[in-house]
Amino acid sequence: MTGTVENTYAALKEKARQQYNLRHEATKTRIQIGSATCENAAGSEKVLEEFRKHIVASGKEDVVLHRTGCTGRCSREPIVTVIAPGKIPVKYERVDSGRVHEIFTSHIMGGKAKAELMLDSTEQPAQYELFFCNSARCINPAKVDLVGLFYDKLEQNNISAENARISKTSCMGLCEAGREGEAINVLIRPGKVIYNVKKATDIDEIIAAHIIGGKTVERLIVGGNPLGARFFELYGDSAFFNRQSRLALRNSGLIDPENIYEYVMVDGFEALAKVLAKSDRGWVIDEVTKSTLRGRGGGGYPTGTKWSMAAKENNETKYIICNADEGDPGAFMDRSMLEGDPLSIIEGMMIGAYAMGASNGFFYVRAEYPLAIKRIETALKLCREHGLLGKNILGSGWDFEIEVRLGAGAFVCGEETALIHSIEGERGQPRVRPPYPTTSGLWGKPTVINNVETFANVPLILLYGAQWFKQIGSARAGGTKVFSLTGKVHHTGLVEVPMGSTLREVVFDIGGGVPGGKALKAIQTGGPAGGTIPASLIDTAVDYESLTALGSIMGSGGMIVMDETDCMVDIAKFFITFSQDESCGKCTPCREGTKRMLEILDRITAGKGEKEDLDKLERLANLLRKSSLCGLGRAAPNPVLSTMKYFRKEYDAHVIDKVCPSGKCKALVKFEISEEKCVGCTACARHCPVACISGTPKHLHVIDQTRCIRCGKCFEVCRFNAVLKNGKAKA
Amino acid sequence: MSHTDQPCCTDNWPQIKAKSEAALPRAIVEYIEQCRAKEHAESQLISVLHKLQGTVGYIGKEQIDAVAQLLGVPAAKVSGVATFYHFFSLEERGKFLISVCLGTACYVKGAQQVLEKFKEELGIESGETTKDGMFSLQVSRCLGTCGLAPVVMINEEVHAKVAPDNVAALLKMCQDKA
Ligand code: FES
Repeated sequence: MTGTVENTYAALKEKARQQYNLRHEATKTRIQIGSATCENAAGSEKVLEEFRKHIVASGKEDVVLHRTGCTGRCSREPIVTVIAPGKIPVKYERVDSGRVHEIFTSHIMGGKAKAELMLDSTEQPAQYELFFCNSARCINPAKVDLVGLFYDKLEQNNISAENARISKTSCMGLCEAGREGEAINVLIRPGKVIYNVKKATDIDEIIAAHIIGGKTVERLIVGGNPLGARFFELYGDSAFFNRQSRLALRNSGLIDPENIYEYVMVDGFEALAKVLAKSDRGWVIDEVTKSTLRGRGGGGYPTGTKWSMAAKENNETKYIICNADEGDPGAFMDRSMLEGDPLSIIEGMMIGAYAMGASNGFFYVRAEYPLAIKRIETALKLCREHGLLGKNILGSGWDFEIEVRLGAGAFVCGEETALIHSIEGERGQPRVRPPYPTTSGLWGKPTVINNVETFANVPLILLYGAQWFKQIGSARAGGTKVFSLTGKVHHTGLVEVPMGSTLREVVFDIGGGVPGGKALKAIQTGGPAGGTIPASLIDTAVDYESLTALGSIMGSGGMIVMDETDCMVDIAKFFITFSQDESCGKCTPCREGTKRMLEILDRITAGKGEKEDLDKLERLANLLRKSSLCGLGRAAPNPVLSTMKYFRKEYDAHVIDKVCPSGKCKALVKFEISEEKCVGCTACARHCPVACISGTPKHLHVIDQTRCIRCGKCFEVCRFNAVLKNGKAKA
Repeated sequence: MSHTDQPCCTDNWPQIKAKSEAALPRAIVEYIEQCRAKEHAESQLISVLHKLQGTVGYIGKEQIDAVAQLLGVPAAKVSGVATFYHFFSLEERGKFLISVCLGTACYVKGAQQVLEKFKEELGIESGETTKDGMFSLQVSRCLGTCGLAPVVMINEEVHAKVAPDNVAALLKMCQDKA
């Protein structure tokens, strides 16, 4: 049997290679355009159409259009990459129809990149670019400074920055090769060549042969197929990307999500083939356990343990479910993966199914994600057509099928037992555990539920080994975590970093910090079940335990940055409103408790809070935490408790001084006009919607506080910063 | 309870069946038939409701009864499910469904003001439809495009970085399309 699987896979790969060669012959220029919900919202479909028109009009036959998922660079979308043969890829940001024309004329027709429109750079690309692995695992402070030496030697050879530019990247996934002796790894593009450099003479040789002579130095090339190479070849030059380690997002933004051959070309289904050829379930579970992969949906339960529990159940029918009901507001990691690389998730799920002995699988996807649903369905269809789903998969004799089921907008369905009820066609209400789903789940059968990101990591573990995966993460959790970085941060988008990276690295080094010169106030992680971490704890390393210790949770990966203008009481109220709305109503503490908590918070933000309200709020919060039936209720108070813990002063200000320090809570702001600054221009009086500002031209104006509706219009329109909000002028 | 028995054992079944089929579009009746042929047919209830809402635009009382009869599930359960999930609408909606995202990312970027502006311009509260049947306004919790916050979805189209000042233009765009 073994030989069959290997041969079937080899045949599939051969077919993929042929298709691949047909599409992008080495001589063609490829224009790559992101296509995902966010990219489309930013206008990428129009851009694609515009390029198509330009290609037709120009009569050029050596240009192809290529659609990919999204890279997660939301604030700069639509992003277009131009990859000309033998040249460094160039990325353009915020492309629209006008820019298409400029890019096409200058770059495609004229061969010169349009530097002003490029992403994260305004310089013409160099002839060669060198990326050094800058990961802590590769850099040994005691080593000779090989990177420095490289710089020196380039200079000695009179090689300017136009000819060769150096950047540093995060881990390329080559740790084993890097560790031997004093070596470092360097990726040179174009060409995706990685060298393992051990000594000064190696550098001389690379400079002479490769940079000057244009020939690769075979002797120093790192073999295998390092994971980081593909990503950094395209994105290694942007600070936003090159500090990330893309594992789960390895293919998003690189391959066409609706083309199975492209996935196979990046070693897709190789892990599955390996598993089926080996035909040893115990080995799979062992590897996944050893890798210390933990559930990426939030709970952080060890995946290997979950699988082994289900594997031990003696039952002919077992199920596996992919939880793609991404309900956390402010999180879109799963959507992006489903849209950008559905096949990785399917492969991971199949490996899980094989290990635990499941015959059927379900994708439970949010109905709010129409494009993700479509991509998953297309991917499943492609799998069936290529013998990767259904009967006798890859000739192994193993049968497995996957079905898509839609959620319908209920946050509680992220809870496993509620999710199971929903698939069964019931109201999505949770039940008491145990029994755990691994014993009695869907239709009473042993069931494993894993999150999208968890599955996306699985093929890598089996391909590159448990040890490799483990050492990328922290001591307690292997691998990386994807975060959706949003809110008051320069570069919003998807960020994947090794477990144990600090919040500072994510928010400042990758995210570029808070825009508008404002100060960072807090970072919210984990959505409605998570907490708010104050700016003072920015150096916290992110993993499951450290965030829990701070009163937050890892959650599925939402990370919302807040600045000084955000009111923490208001944010707490926001989340309680959400939880109150989403409470399924089954258990009293959650149903009634969230409602009462909301009432208290409403009072406080309306300026009617009493001192006792704060004690009541805290008591209620703790009660919910202890007595709710499911995770939703137990975690619902977290946003309140964490803000009370770190921002108690702000609560006091609302309740005792009756002011909202950040000026968010309308009832607690006061607008006044400064005697010194007012010049009597009348702008405020003219704009006031309730005409409560009096004064004559060139004289001091006054706001009638009893009639003021606190809309802030006067504050906005005053050009002399004479209107004060809670005593403070506009910055 | 087992739902595998055909509900045709009652003597007025032919009338009920005819009435139920008349209440639903042909495609839905066929879809329900397909579902009944599958294992765990009753688990398809949510997909049937999705299809129904997708075709008719909402799930009315008559349709709830009809789905219950044809799928062989108690009407109480169908209505229980339809009311439990936010995605399903029990009332007819306007030609343009405006969903203002009030997810966390959009909220901190000022989505509340955008919502207020829509309410003001349309003269309705969220969850309501304008008298002329043109617009329905609703709040949604994260459309998954948080990087472009604040976000508003009008029918299937997502609009990025919407400011209160853009609201009038968005409404005008819809009116022009209508
Ligand atoms: S919070 Fe609005 S799209 Fe996610």
